[in-house]
Amino acid sequence: MEKLNKLTPYERLEIVRHKGRPTIRDYIPLIFDEFWEMHGDRLFGDDGAIMGGIASISGIPVTVIAEVKGRNLNENKDSNFAMPHPEGYRKALRLAKQAEKFHRPVICFIDTPGAFCGVEAEKRGQGEAIAKNLMEFMRLKTPVISIVLGEGGSGGALALGVCDELAVLENSIYSVISPRGFASILWKDAGREKEACSIMKVTAEDMVELGVAEKIIEEPLGGAHNDIGQTAENIGEFLYKSLHQKLKIDIDVLLNQRYTKFRKIGEFIE
Amino acid sequence: MGLEDLFNVVKTRFNGTAEEEQPEQQADSAVKVPDNMLFKCPRCLNVVMTDELEKNLKVCPECGYHSRLTASERINLIIDKESFKEFDTDMLSANPIDFPDYEAKQQKLRDATGLKDAIITGECTIRGEKCVIGVMDSRYMMASMGSVVGEKITRAFEYATDNKLPVIMFTASGGARMQEGIVSLMQMAKTSGAVARHSDAGLLYITVMTDPTTGGVTASFASLGDIIIAEPKVLIGFAGRRVIEGTIKQRLPDDFQSAEFMLEHGFADMIVERKKMRRTIAHILKLHKGGNV
Repeated sequence: MEKLNKLTPYERLEIVRHKGRPTIRDYIPLIFDEFWEMHGDRLFGDDGAIMGGIASISGIPVTVIAEVKGRNLNENKDSNFAMPHPEGYRKALRLAKQAEKFHRPVICFIDTPGAFCGVEAEKRGQGEAIAKNLMEFMRLKTPVISIVLGEGGSGGALALGVCDELAVLENSIYSVISPRGFASILWKDAGREKEACSIMKVTAEDMVELGVAEKIIEEPLGGAHNDIGQTAENIGEFLYKSLHQKLKIDIDVLLNQRYTKFRKIGEFIE
Repeated sequence: MGLEDLFNVVKTRFNGTAEEEQPEQQADSAVKVPDNMLFKCPRCLNVVMTDELEKNLKVCPECGYHSRLTASERINLIIDKESFKEFDTDMLSANPIDFPDYEAKQQKLRDATGLKDAIITGECTIRGEKCVIGVMDSRYMMASMGSVVGEKITRAFEYATDNKLPVIMFTASGGARMQEGIVSLMQMAKTSGAVARHSDAGLLYITVMTDPTTGGVTASFASLGDIIIAEPKVLIGFAGRRVIEGTIKQRLPDDFQSAEFMLEHGFADMIVERKKMRRTIAHILKLHKGGNV
């Protein structure tokens, strides 16, 4: 099975934040045979932090929705450092509904520090936009597969994370809040980020253990940036297998399984 | 970056003191009450006698700010006497990420508030109309949503779906409960899924947003009501106010992220005063009776 990743959670966070960490823009041409980008939420505008479109993988048409990290300052200006506004989440939902109509599976790539926090985002209903995605993806009548590419930051990540199967790249982090925010709020000391990172349970293995993710996608030694081609191949292989598996399942059964996947998460005593 | 407080335990809006540190002070009210005799309104800063405030249903007589109620105060104001059947009375939090001192902190809060966690759910009637109700209580860890809150809400919706009942949720929360790590984030998906099934069954869901409704609760079940009611002058939003101020480097206007702000921008159906809440809900329930059977 997967080889043991000996890196500490904080070392992985450093890999994820590495300047050369591949982004969705690197992966798309390596994973998909073709990709046609579609813009806009049909309500307000087009958010560069979320990219979406129609693609094909090994001959299967799919809808791709992805959070976009920039590879340089200019790209990051266009994509707002992968922090979506409400119109980004609404674009995602529009494309997901389109996929449902044409019986295309949806593939979501998660890579965000979180939803954007700002005046305009509040005015346009950041909370409502995320909530709506959670509800609608839960009942979307087509397979949904999500992959965490690097950072999975809180509700901004979960808005693309309600799915039938979640895979996490080996060094990725998925968390309710950034380790820095965690330290700053709970201990009033942002400097304790490293400590926060180690107790928060944010690694790929933690996600599988807690029932949040089903699959860890292997990265080359030292991280995805060391061999983008190999990482893309690993992602592609996972997607191919997962798609074939999910497409065979009756949609009502699949929706029940999706509901149950999240329904089971939680620890309490009674 | 400004994302630090994304699902923050929301700070009290005007005095800037962390709720985390003052659960005892919140025993009667979420705002500072000096020597229990006086109430200083966080909105208009006017000081009134506490008993005058109590007589006014804890609404500031000067500006109409609807201050926080405990879950039992809320339930008594809304439902028919003796009609309440509570669900999951004994459910307690576990410690999914082994967060240091989480159990001890909760025990302290249970002793101080008499609550088991941050929400009470159950079945009741309102002017004779049967419904499922959930009421969050901000005295308990700022009513953040962890496994217990998520599970109780989910079960309440599932019960309502099975029994063809409408749901009314009184929301108040700082957001996801960070002490439960990623497990708390997943409660957003879980509760939203339960709302979806209830909605697909053609049943009515009313959200009543009370002070404060923020973070991961705004970004999940609170925003999914068929009808969204807000109490006047309360705080409603997604991101922490200070986070946004930090990002834009200027002070935000006082009505930013208020009930009135939500109404203006199209995210609430109506603002309803506390004294008219029971009647309003009862009328809406009656109007949906045909659709529910």
